[in-house]
Amino acid sequence: MPHSAKPRVGLFVTCLVDLFRPSIGFAAVNLLEDAGCEVVVPAQTCCGQPAFNSGDRADAQALALQAMDAFSMCDYIVAPSGSCGGMMAKHYPDLFADDPNLAHRAQVFAGKCHELVSFLTDVLGVTSVTAHFPREVTYHDSCAGLRELGIASQPRKLLAGIEGLKLTAMKECDVCCGFGGTFAVKYGEISDAIVRKKIDNIVETGAPVLLAGDLGCLMNMAGKLTREGRVVEVRHVAEVLAGFTQEPPIGAAKETGQ
Amino acid sequence: MSAREDILSNIRRSLGVNGREAPRVSAVQERLRSAPRGVMPARGQVSGAERVALFRAEAERVAASVAEVAQPQDIVSEAARYLREHNLPATLRMGADARLAELDWSDTAIEVTHGPSAGDDLNGLSHAFGAIAETGTLAMTSGPGNPTTLNFLPDNHIVVLREADLVGDAESLWDRLRAAYGKAAAPRTVNLITGPSRSGDIEQQIVLGAHGPRRLHIIILRD
Amino acid sequence: MTIHTTSPAFKQNAHNALADKQLQQALGNVRAGFIDKRTQAAERLPEFEALRDSAHDIKTHVLAHLDLYLEHYETKVREAGGHVHFARTAEEACATIVEICKAQGARTVTKGKSMVSEEIGLNAAIEAAGMEAIETDLGEYIIQLRGEAPSHIIAPAVHLTKEQVEQDFRRIHTHLSPDRDLTQAESLLTEARMVLRKRFLEADVGVTGANFLVAETGTSIIVTNEGNGDLTQTLPRVHIVVASIEKIVPTLEDAAQILRVLGRSATGQDMSVYTTLSTGPRRPEDVDGPQAYHVVLVDNGRSAMLGTEFEEMLRCIRCGACMNHCPVYHAVGGHAYGWVYPGPMGAVLSPSLLGVDKAGHLPNASTFCGRCESVCPVRIPLPKLMRHWREREYERHLAPAVYRYGLSFWAFFARRPWLYKFATGLAMPALGFLGRKTGRFARLPLASGWTDHRDMPAPQGKTFQAQWRERGGKTR
Repeated sequence: MPHSAKPRVGLFVTCLVDLFRPSIGFAAVNLLEDAGCEVVVPAQTCCGQPAFNSGDRADAQALALQAMDAFSMCDYIVAPSGSCGGMMAKHYPDLFADDPNLAHRAQVFAGKCHELVSFLTDVLGVTSVTAHFPREVTYHDSCAGLRELGIASQPRKLLAGIEGLKLTAMKECDVCCGFGGTFAVKYGEISDAIVRKKIDNIVETGAPVLLAGDLGCLMNMAGKLTREGRVVEVRHVAEVLAGFTQEPPIGAAKETGQ
Repeated sequence: MSAREDILSNIRRSLGVNGREAPRVSAVQERLRSAPRGVMPARGQVSGAERVALFRAEAERVAASVAEVAQPQDIVSEAARYLREHNLPATLRMGADARLAELDWSDTAIEVTHGPSAGDDLNGLSHAFGAIAETGTLAMTSGPGNPTTLNFLPDNHIVVLREADLVGDAESLWDRLRAAYGKAAAPRTVNLITGPSRSGDIEQQIVLGAHGPRRLHIIILRD
Repeated sequence: MTIHTTSPAFKQNAHNALADKQLQQALGNVRAGFIDKRTQAAERLPEFEALRDSAHDIKTHVLAHLDLYLEHYETKVREAGGHVHFARTAEEACATIVEICKAQGARTVTKGKSMVSEEIGLNAAIEAAGMEAIETDLGEYIIQLRGEAPSHIIAPAVHLTKEQVEQDFRRIHTHLSPDRDLTQAESLLTEARMVLRKRFLEADVGVTGANFLVAETGTSIIVTNEGNGDLTQTLPRVHIVVASIEKIVPTLEDAAQILRVLGRSATGQDMSVYTTLSTGPRRPEDVDGPQAYHVVLVDNGRSAMLGTEFEEMLRCIRCGACMNHCPVYHAVGGHAYGWVYPGPMGAVLSPSLLGVDKAGHLPNASTFCGRCESVCPVRIPLPKLMRHWREREYERHLAPAVYRYGLSFWAFFARRPWLYKFATGLAMPALGFLGRKTGRFARLPLASGWTDHRDMPAPQGKTFQAQWRERGGKTR
């Protein structure tokens, strides 16, 4: 490693985790530290994906540049999200492809960006975690992680090693949940039809716990499950891997507890 | 400007070319001349009995039936057997293919007529130009020997294929076509036929016999 | 010619589609009928991914040399005794075809399935000229009876149940006796086969599309399963091929490469039943086949796509895999897209051909799940191209104001970390407090697009970054 024995990992916590569910961020820090990393959290906001996907290239570039500056001292940049991770790893180079001053820098930066779980397994070589979670769970593959970053086997492999955990496959686990960022609001009715099918597939597994790697998708699915009165605990896969399951699940009451 | 010139000049403007650049022209000429093969699936790269077995398996996978015979005259008995077994009338319509013309039907009750189909023939008999083992595909060429209408209008299509005419892949079939018809030329119609006609247009449920034959029977004449 | 499109009303179309029970039942067949078959076909061919690359490379090569290949193709068609016509626009293409038909004194024109003929509105042009256009593909025939456009590029009637087809047949085929059973796909097909067989035999002109135009030999290729395209082009006196200019491939070898991914991607077939190569009209010795062979090459906006970021869309081979795998298409079906090209490929192509002012919804109505790109046999980056359309809309201020403002509002904070820190530091604990009892919000101001359909999970409270600072960068 260039700086010290420990790789310096910048946690890109992502807006949604920062604002809605910090416990995922702390789970990520623990997993990274347990795997031998020095974790830093530079002041940060958004990776620029909402702007990028809405056609607002100027704001997307400004936010990307902001992130590249904020994390410039890191060996790696890791996000507990395939969506934001994919934005940085796959789309930053596109954003600056026509800018001779920044194209190379964006390429180099993108090469350091990873999604959390695949970073643990593929870069750090983590093969198991020490968590304990004696529950039946089902797993949804979030689209960006699956198709932009090739994340499918990694979370399943780590989950399989958790003591007591039983992983039950979901039908169409690789089909979009209908979130799609601003799509869920702009085309709410279509998004609703898609998440309805997803909910049916989740419930059909009979598993009482749903896991995925992206908080946007999780909030969409959790919001639909509670709206439909279905009792399924929804958690981010990092929380389970880190043993951070004392927090109420996503969309569940805080005061009454679980 | 004519539509033709307009379109070509639009294309050239969009591509930023004038159409006379030597490297572009020679790239196109070279590709047309050499017709390079691309990725060749290993599946079709077999010969002899293995190739026949592959063709047979692939054709059967797409709901064609296949029989093998040793002698040309066995084609007659096999065709008769096929019609009888499927309770089909003893009729056959065929073109003027010399290989089929040699067959003697006098021992059977089959009424053989000749020429293209006008749409009222139940059973057609054709001789294939060749076939592709990789996908179980027959290749039929148009002409008086095997009129194209016989490939589509009869309800039941019986096709004779000589083992020697069976190749592994489409690319090898093109080579045989070029050898027979000349480089950069082709018969009016080449019908590549992979199984009997079908449609999935109603509720994505596959039903055989949409507009073409409901049944396709292939008789392989072994070398 | 004015193009009939309801693309600007996409949202309303989608709303109606979601409420249509029969449509929703029929759409289940898309999910069940295509996806597994494609997967199995791809898995059975170890070289499938390499063939996708090969197909991509061939199409890219053709587009970079399109002018030269078109010229060569034209020469070869003429050598084989055929005629080539160029058409800049839909109107020119229709006028050319109508003129050929009229010169033949044609009364009826049979048609094989052709998406470009849908694009140019050919049936209406033929009918307006006093001739009858008869669609002969089963799915196209059914929707023609209903006066509808196709809802899928390879399965035009996929939006219908067999009960609906029975009703249409009983309405139009007045010869049918009431006790004739038409409850099954088989019996419906038999009925259509019988009715259409007569029409094939009496047609004066047959019009087909083309999956490939082979420059080497001047050959047009159609790929079908029913055999209707072959009867359409073999029986009448005249065969007209209508095809868009990007259908060119250099050689038969190139066609063979793409054929290996086309059928598998479309229907999960290694090969479609009929792949037909046609070169010129019947030869002197032939005993059947058309006496004249015409090719109408349609540009209709494509030459202007070359050299732009949308050039990649011209690789499209119209297999339909993108819509078969699209969650939005599964939800709303093809008609909601409002024009002949639905699904992801339509979301990219329709704005090019119709104008982004009319088709602007389409590239926005995607979750960017990327499943379309992952199955595209010629590797068109469909989400990226949809995003390019969003950029054009954003530049031209075509995106709806409410989303523009919402987005700008967000970007305003995100670009000012101190403001972000300050505002979220106040807002999230407050929201967390408000949501503590239920853990979620059933209603939120300014977020009805979300809360109309699902709850909004409540935040835990303080932001991660605030807690991190408080703990001095330590978790334990």
